Amino acid sequence: MSIQTSNQPLLAADGRPLKQSLSRALRRQKLRALALVAPLLVFVMLTFVLPICNMLFRSVENDIVSNIMPYTVNALESWTAEPDTLPDEAIFKAAFYDLSVAAKAKEHTKLGTRLNYEQTGISSTFRKSGRALSKSGKALAKEFDALDPRWNKAETFFELFTTDEADRQASDQNILDRQLFRLNQLKGQAYDPLPNFELAREKTAALPLTAREYGYWALFTSLEKNKDFTKGKVTEALYVALTDDLQNPQNKAYIDRLTGPSAELVKTAAAYFETQPNLNYAKLMKDVNKNWAEPVVWETIKLHSSRYTNGYFLNAVDMRKTADGPAVQPESKQILLILFQRTVKMSLIITVSCILLGYPVAWLLANLPMRTSNLLMILVLLPFWTSLLVRTSAWKVMLQQQGVINEVLVWLGLVATDNRLEIINNQFGTIIAMTHILLPFMILPMYSVMQTIPASYVRAAKSLGATNWTAFWRVYFPQSVPGIGAGSILVFILAIGYYITPEIVGGTEGVFISNRIAYHISSSLNWGLAAALGAILLTVVLVLYWAYDKIVGIDNVKLG
Amino acid sequence: MKLLKSILFASALSVAAGPVLADEMTIVSWGGAYSKSQLKAYHEPYSAKTGVTIINDDSSAEAVAKLRAMNEAGNVTWDVVDVVAADAMRLCDEGLAMEIDHDSQLASAPDGTPASKDFGDLIVAECFIPQIVYSTTFGYRTDMVGANPPDDICDVFDLKAYPGKRSLEKRPINNMEWALLCDGVAKGDVYNVLGTAAGQDRALAKLDTIKDSVIWWNAGADTPQLLADGEIVMGSTYNGRLFSAIVEQKQPVGMLWDAQVFDLDGWIIPAGLSAERKKRALDYVKFATDTQRLADQAKYISYGPARASSAPLVGKHADLGIDMAPHMPTDPNNAKNTFLYNYAFWADYRDDIDAKWQAWLAK
Repeated sequence: MSIQTSNQPLLAADGRPLKQSLSRALRRQKLRALALVAPLLVFVMLTFVLPICNMLFRSVENDIVSNIMPYTVNALESWTAEPDTLPDEAIFKAAFYDLSVAAKAKEHTKLGTRLNYEQTGISSTFRKSGRALSKSGKALAKEFDALDPRWNKAETFFELFTTDEADRQASDQNILDRQLFRLNQLKGQAYDPLPNFELAREKTAALPLTAREYGYWALFTSLEKNKDFTKGKVTEALYVALTDDLQNPQNKAYIDRLTGPSAELVKTAAAYFETQPNLNYAKLMKDVNKNWAEPVVWETIKLHSSRYTNGYFLNAVDMRKTADGPAVQPESKQILLILFQRTVKMSLIITVSCILLGYPVAWLLANLPMRTSNLLMILVLLPFWTSLLVRTSAWKVMLQQQGVINEVLVWLGLVATDNRLEIINNQFGTIIAMTHILLPFMILPMYSVMQTIPASYVRAAKSLGATNWTAFWRVYFPQSVPGIGAGSILVFILAIGYYITPEIVGGTEGVFISNRIAYHISSSLNWGLAAALGAILLTVVLVLYWAYDKIVGIDNVKLG
Repeated sequence: MKLLKSILFASALSVAAGPVLADEMTIVSWGGAYSKSQLKAYHEPYSAKTGVTIINDDSSAEAVAKLRAMNEAGNVTWDVVDVVAADAMRLCDEGLAMEIDHDSQLASAPDGTPASKDFGDLIVAECFIPQIVYSTTFGYRTDMVGANPPDDICDVFDLKAYPGKRSLEKRPINNMEWALLCDGVAKGDVYNVLGTAAGQDRALAKLDTIKDSVIWWNAGADTPQLLADGEIVMGSTYNGRLFSAIVEQKQPVGMLWDAQVFDLDGWIIPAGLSAERKKRALDYVKFATDTQRLADQAKYISYGPARASSAPLVGKHADLGIDMAPHMPTDPNNAKNTFLYNYAFWADYRDDIDAKWQAWLAK
């Protein structure tokens, strides 16, 4: 190539430039190779990478608050939490409708559970509110019923808001679009709009709040419940909204302008409710549950209303989100950082003890005559064929105070019977059991590396005057380092994520961070925190791996 | 290898195609002697009556998390799930369990009392169908306690009179209550005190006095095993486990019923089942929780039936022929001083107290 001096490109046999032709051939080769690994790649992506990413995403995801209480979150935006000040009426109003809707959709308790992670007691506030929310609506429904029994029917509301076939232009699609969005956010669905269902603009202008809530309720009943929303009764909260609309002076002019069959009905009701005391949402919510009069509830909702949160990560490092920024958890709740440190420390101890125990075994395996080493190999592999649980439980039998080891020691007279050794349900127990369980992962890579070291090197060193120690340390050991490296990485990474063995033999001092992750996944259901802990653990492993690569070099690692 | 792969592939396909084969339902429970009692009392008669094959899945311990995952994946493979009441409440809160109308969907008592009255207060959540009353209480080694066997819950905290290890469950629930009781808090005030930070510290301080002598258990089988091995002098566990250690395995173990904590276990039906599966699940549950069936279960395990109308029907142990009534946690002799698990309290305080509990354990 370098001797080519002319500007003409070199051509292949078919007349194309050689460079182009070559890259084309290479590309085809790459594609073929890719096609060969594609099934595995797709499999790994679908069953391994995607679920992990999905799980890790939960550590920052927090759309539950704004999905379930959209109007409240919106209204709280301009509110600043000051000590002992309650939010204003608009926020109570927003919360009333958000919660009424959420309670009917059975979503309010989910939010209560979510917020209970941050503020103790909120879960029961939400659960109890769900039952009590419909009370005020029921009372008002009776008043409407007394005015005119037609108010009792869903049919009346349908006629009240829908447009005539002839008058299609004047419909208010905007409201329905928003309410469909509200429903889809709340239930995590992707419903399509209801065909042939429109609200008349002149009516939504007269009764805007009722129209909004009716629009939502109609969509919810039809799409989510699969029921006919023109039959039966409407939801109780609608009577509250209707009262609000009828008492609202801004609507008065529009109500007066109403025409059509239901206009008289509305006007009579408006005349009646003008004489009644005004709706007070703050009082209404306090009657639902007295905790709504606690500013701390509103602060918690506001603080955790963003769609993405760093709250879980803060919790994962013993901190918490507050209105004034991140703060350290009270000392009585600090536990996770201790567990992270303990996990790394104990994994290192386990790795080192695996090296110390495994190295001589691997050396023997590599250097003994075939027959003996095969027998040894079986002994190394035997634990692999035994269930992890069985091996761990066996250690329990061995190590407990009435166990084999203590019994033998007492029998030998080495320890007094009332002063037996405590070697289980603590860190020591975890270290022993895990070292035993992970030992094969250390021995096998070491063995495969040692097998490739020619015995003649050590002999040569000795013949040149080296002592046994020098020959080992200067000649044999450096060549076995890649095996140690591979084994250490394997053992360390396995150890750092171990869960079942520490749970069984670790007592309280010997448990790892993974035990907390398991707790949050299966018991407390705080998957966000579990994901944050998992993300941190993954990062720690990756950083250590990177550091190892920098220091030792990953190319030096040999697994066989 | 090729054959194996194609078999695997075929089975994977059949799993993907959906578990609903004709007349098969998956019932999730706790395994062990408990599942066996359900098999004898409910599953076998139900299968004989309807021809439905029942598949057992011993996943109740992880039921809440697994149901949540199934629900998110949109593929619920369980038909009926046996859970403790606290989990039923959580499943109900999360919308993962179906709400039940107890009166119309469950059998009435033989005298016509509607189900909701027959179960009474035991219906602690709308989704929950109570099945048994069990209790968490203490067992002790009769040969290790000398002439004065423990008869007071505070003996657990008395290292002088009863030296040796004790086993307690590795969670704050029950332990915190017992600690406060033995720290001089009146029974009626326990939850008021436990609701305050000072009260929580007080309970932990009391537990601190025995912390070095405690072995913490996670599985209900741990304590009976530790008792059998002589590792502990006393320990808490479910009363049915102790019954089987004492009566069936003839271990030198005695019961300490004082301040036993009643808890409930029962069925839920997962939300989001197809109409056909829902119908079958409801039919099963109606059958399995009628008065006679609940009383039948007590022949195999010493847990009290949740219906008031079942109590008089409790008879003798199916194999040993002994009277079951005196071994029930609800027997008047055993229930002189009892506690009822406070579901509402723990639903609120669980996260908070658990964080403190874990930090305390790690200290």
